[in-house]
Amino acid sequence: MRLQDFQKLTLRRVVSQRLVKLSVVAVLAAGIQGCFEAPPMETEQVGFRGVGMWSTTNPDITDPLVALNQVPVASPKVPAVEGAPKAGDIYQNVQVLGDLSIAEFARTMASITAWVSPEQGCAYCHEGGNFADDALYTKVVSRRMMQMTQNINSQWSDHVGSTGVTCYTCHRGLNVPANIWFEQDGPVTAAGMSANSYQQNHVGTEVGYTSMLSDPFSKYLAGEPDKIRVAAQNALPMRGETNNEPTQALENTWSLMMHMSDSLGVNCTACHNTRNFSSWEMSPPARTTAWHALQMVPALNNDYMTPLQPIYPDHRLGSLDDAPKTNCATCHQGINKPLYGVSMLDDYPVWRAPLEGGSLEAPDYSTAPDYGDPNNLEPVSTESSAALADPEAAAESVVQ
Amino acid sequence: MAEYQNIFTQVQIHGHGEMGIPIGNESKNRVGKPIFNRWLGMLGNAQLGPIYLGATGTLSLICGFIAFEIIGLNMLASVNWDVVQFVKQLFWLALEPPPPGSGLSIPPMAEGGWWLLAGFFLTLSILLWWTRTYLRAKALNMGYHIPWAFAAAIWLYLVLGFIRPLLMGDFGEAVPFGIFPHLDWTAAFSMRYGNLFYNPFHMLSIVFLYGSAVLFGMHAATILAVGRYGGEREIEQITDRGTATERAALFWRWCMGFNATMESVHRWAWWFAILTPITGGIGILLTGTVVDNWYIWGVKHGIAPAYPEVYPVGIDPALGVEAK
Repeated sequence: MRLQDFQKLTLRRVVSQRLVKLSVVAVLAAGIQGCFEAPPMETEQVGFRGVGMWSTTNPDITDPLVALNQVPVASPKVPAVEGAPKAGDIYQNVQVLGDLSIAEFARTMASITAWVSPEQGCAYCHEGGNFADDALYTKVVSRRMMQMTQNINSQWSDHVGSTGVTCYTCHRGLNVPANIWFEQDGPVTAAGMSANSYQQNHVGTEVGYTSMLSDPFSKYLAGEPDKIRVAAQNALPMRGETNNEPTQALENTWSLMMHMSDSLGVNCTACHNTRNFSSWEMSPPARTTAWHALQMVPALNNDYMTPLQPIYPDHRLGSLDDAPKTNCATCHQGINKPLYGVSMLDDYPVWRAPLEGGSLEAPDYSTAPDYGDPNNLEPVSTESSAALADPEAAAESVVQ
Repeated sequence: MAEYQNIFTQVQIHGHGEMGIPIGNESKNRVGKPIFNRWLGMLGNAQLGPIYLGATGTLSLICGFIAFEIIGLNMLASVNWDVVQFVKQLFWLALEPPPPGSGLSIPPMAEGGWWLLAGFFLTLSILLWWTRTYLRAKALNMGYHIPWAFAAAIWLYLVLGFIRPLLMGDFGEAVPFGIFPHLDWTAAFSMRYGNLFYNPFHMLSIVFLYGSAVLFGMHAATILAVGRYGGEREIEQITDRGTATERAALFWRWCMGFNATMESVHRWAWWFAILTPITGGIGILLTGTVVDNWYIWGVKHGIAPAYPEVYPVGIDPALGVEAK
């Protein structure tokens, strides 16, 4: 073999070996990259230096949320006129908002329509010409939701602060908020003698893609909430006297925490010093706010969401025939403060608290008639859509 | 000299298959005709086989296969026999121990029975494999360093899955069989018992684990670096130092004033390796049985420093209210 040929051969061998190695590295790199969020991340120190109290966020995830979580432009305020007639005096069957002037009442109704049923318009809750009629389930549900909103802002300021919530905080232009939950009977598994997964050990999309309890909501956010605090509080075991929880109980708590972290777009360090998760002395103040949420959400589900079950048509119920319920994501939608903490209450003070003479009582739904379903009705009439554009004209049309 | 700076072994010896020393009538236990594989040769010896099976090896493989099948088929059942879901969710699937509070009784098959059975066969398989490493070391007139090192790992395995659950009086305290589930369990275990990083035996285990990696890296790099002087003949050089040993020793003495010897570096490595699971196992065994919250225990014993307050000191909002 001539030297020239030998060099060519060697070169070819070296190149082909390099290619094999490079392709192996490329495949491995692509595989590993698929397991993580791509850098760069943004980090912020949120505690004493050097103790891992950092907040890490990914701009690829947080940036698109900005446009989605802006407060809508408020409709022009209507001037308050002394002695103007109140909605409750003029209209029939106004149980919650009767203390509003008819102009403010019409403005409120128009804003609700824009926030909750922009496509269907008034007809989503009001059937035909009789706006006072409770024929549709949506009207009955929305009345209860108004009571809930006023209740949250007046009774749960420990959680919602002075920012408060409105229909828009959850609904965002949708009939049903994007983030709701139903009870689950767990992933479909083979029956019989095969091992029980206890609603774990599957891809937990609601709990940060962990393999832990896939439905922490039924356990902690409705009914009689289970115990969340399960970490030991003493250096030495005191069996039978104090905390005596199994390791498994902490996994369940953790799955709830994963939901909170995911819903708010925050790390563990938003509320905890991870050197000792349970210590209140070391915790950032946000943990107190979150603690009140864990009191509020079960109360809302128990007092407002679950009792509406008989009202809903079948297609609004879960696979176990339970009513749609709320969790952290319902309001937060990926932001630590819903709508970046911008309050809508100055523009819509009606939601601050129950109005004079407004009912906060829950009706007895068990004896309720068979309600209609706006989704089975004719398309929205042009008349009601036109009325939407001009709240005052709409109010007048109602009066007539 | 590039061959000493490559991640793959560059020198491959090809000849007739090496059948091993005669071992009398046990020779029938050697099965398989040796083959050579170039890719295998890049990682180790290019020769594959023969393998010595024997009674312990055969039984160990059977028991291991039974455990593997019990775990795998239960995982498949947990996705309702859907093979696509099985592949997609494989890392999430698990065979779960009995639910907490079941005690130490024999549970129904669906509620931890399969887990107990899989654990039984897996343990049997591992112990038989240990016996096999002991018997092969004996047959080759070797020391028993390998079986004892393996026993150290078995200790940690048994503490996690059997001894600690026994002491806690509940099989529900054991680890699930599954990739992510056992990792979730590990982190939950740490948080339930107040942060395992404050457990001194966990600290020791980490020291020995990371130390093992450092020692392994230092030793491997040293020997490869003096490979050009025959440095890989480490065992002869324990008693008959050559220029490779002299240079390796001098390198470390110049760098840090102290050097291991061709013998001692292997003792270091062996002790670091076996102390990792031994100390780790002690740490796990003490958790929940002797100490309930390692962080609070650490504060009590002065190993957890206090840092300046950055926030207003938090007060438990549940104080005075019924705790949730």
